[in-house]
Amino acid sequence: MTTTAPGTVPAIEFRDVVKRFGDHTVLDGLSFSVPRGQRVTLIGPSGSGKTTILRLLMTLEELSDGLILIDGDPYTYEYLGQKWAPVPEKRRREVRKRVGMVFQQFNLFPNMTVLENIIEAPMHVLGLSKHEAVQRAEQLLEKVGMPEKRDARCTDLSGGQQQRVAIARALAMDPEILLLDEVTSALDPEIVADVLAVLRDVAQTTDITMLLVTHEMQFAREVSDRVLMFDHGRIIEEADPETMFTAPSHPRTQEFLKAVLG
Amino acid sequence: MSDIWNWERAWEVLPDLLAGLRITVLATVVGMVIASLLGLALALVGRAPNRWVTVPVKFVVDFVRSTPLLVQLVFVYLLSPPEIPGLAIGCVVLGVHYATYMSEVYRAGIDAVPPGQWEAATALNLPRARTWRAVILPQAVRKTLPGLGNYAISMFKETPFLFAIQVVEMFAEAQSFGANTFSYVEPLTMVGLLFLLVSYPTSLLVRRMEIRLA
Ligand SMILES: Nc1ncnc2c1ncn2[C@@H]1O[C@H](COP(=O)(O)OP(=O)(O)O)[C@@H](O)[C@H]1O
Ligand SMILES: [Mg+2]
Repeated sequence: MTTTAPGTVPAIEFRDVVKRFGDHTVLDGLSFSVPRGQRVTLIGPSGSGKTTILRLLMTLEELSDGLILIDGDPYTYEYLGQKWAPVPEKRRREVRKRVGMVFQQFNLFPNMTVLENIIEAPMHVLGLSKHEAVQRAEQLLEKVGMPEKRDARCTDLSGGQQQRVAIARALAMDPEILLLDEVTSALDPEIVADVLAVLRDVAQTTDITMLLVTHEMQFAREVSDRVLMFDHGRIIEEADPETMFTAPSHPRTQEFLKAVLG
Repeated sequence: MSDIWNWERAWEVLPDLLAGLRITVLATVVGMVIASLLGLALALVGRAPNRWVTVPVKFVVDFVRSTPLLVQLVFVYLLSPPEIPGLAIGCVVLGVHYATYMSEVYRAGIDAVPPGQWEAATALNLPRARTWRAVILPQAVRKTLPGLGNYAISMFKETPFLFAIQVVEMFAEAQSFGANTFSYVEPLTMVGLLFLLVSYPTSLLVRRMEIRLA
């Protein structure tokens, strides 16, 4: 079914993806792919469909038409016999294991401590022993700079701390693909830098494929390999960050960047 | 000594009333345990995607809610084999009756868990059952505690209905004392006081819980 040659199978592939909410079409036949290990930033005005793309990848939304493939594996629909059929939940889970997400609002589990948040899925999804899961969690807490908050209640943490825990929690699942949706937008300006520092470190020390939506253009420029400019659910421009941020060619992009960068 | 109120009689009936209070509290505790568990089960079944499941359950729930507890007690009592003690029947009927209310409390508690919690669980690929057990229910149940407390008080106050099915709880003790001595004022006043003594502090506790969990 996949036309790409082995070895060049993209980590993420959208094929003619359509997403409608009621009769409002948000994505109208979107196609793009992300090679393994690449960091791609999605930019574009609010409402252009960036969040919808990440949510489709996390199966938080059902697509209306088209195909999403992860490492060439069907994630949503597959061609069975003569017709398209939804991928059964069991196989979908197998594919979803490779994808992690960090949310704008952190979404930590408030009924658990920091450590419990991080070990929950490694234990109950990956089947790690408690000892292994705790070890992994402690390393990750070290990585995000919060080893001393191990046993804190999440509700006692600041927004920036919660987001760093959320990043650790996503990384604990050892994802191949990490989705980051405006992860600093809900934070006070003075702690945005801490969270970005953590993400920069993740970008430098892992080969995780990343799809990020951010308004932190400086950060996007540093970490991404490619930038996609969206407008009304379409990619209107695609370039490396240098070109995109210094010499965008589409007038909509120029207008948008001018408004964002000031 | 007044004809209306006799302290001696009041003291005399107290041990009987306290024995009755034990039965009252026992019925309330067992009834609430049943109501909590069954109520949760009803709330979960009510969310099933299959209408063949949800519609009959909703019908039964509505039926139980819209008929009087006293009628349910007597009805079940008369239909049950005589070996089953009235207290057991009373606990079960109280439990089932209040389960239909508790299911609503759970439903509201579950709905109050923010969608982001479900989404985070999906993003971590947690299995459905684990999501319920580790993420959703602990947060939902916390929100249901005040509701549970309020229904416990309300059930406690409805236990005198058990009198109708031969359970000798506090009210029945007072009745029988009255029937034997022809004085009802002391025993019934004391029953009222004992109810107040238990339910008022409990309701204050529930209020505090509501404030703390809000
Ligand atoms: N659950 C939903 N129901 C209806 N419309 C939605 C829903 N989620 C998103 N949309 C609409 O989809 C469009 C794209 O939204 P979104 O993907 O959040 O854009 P962005 O993240 O780029 O700001 C918007 O017009 C938004 O109103
Ligand atoms: Mg968005």
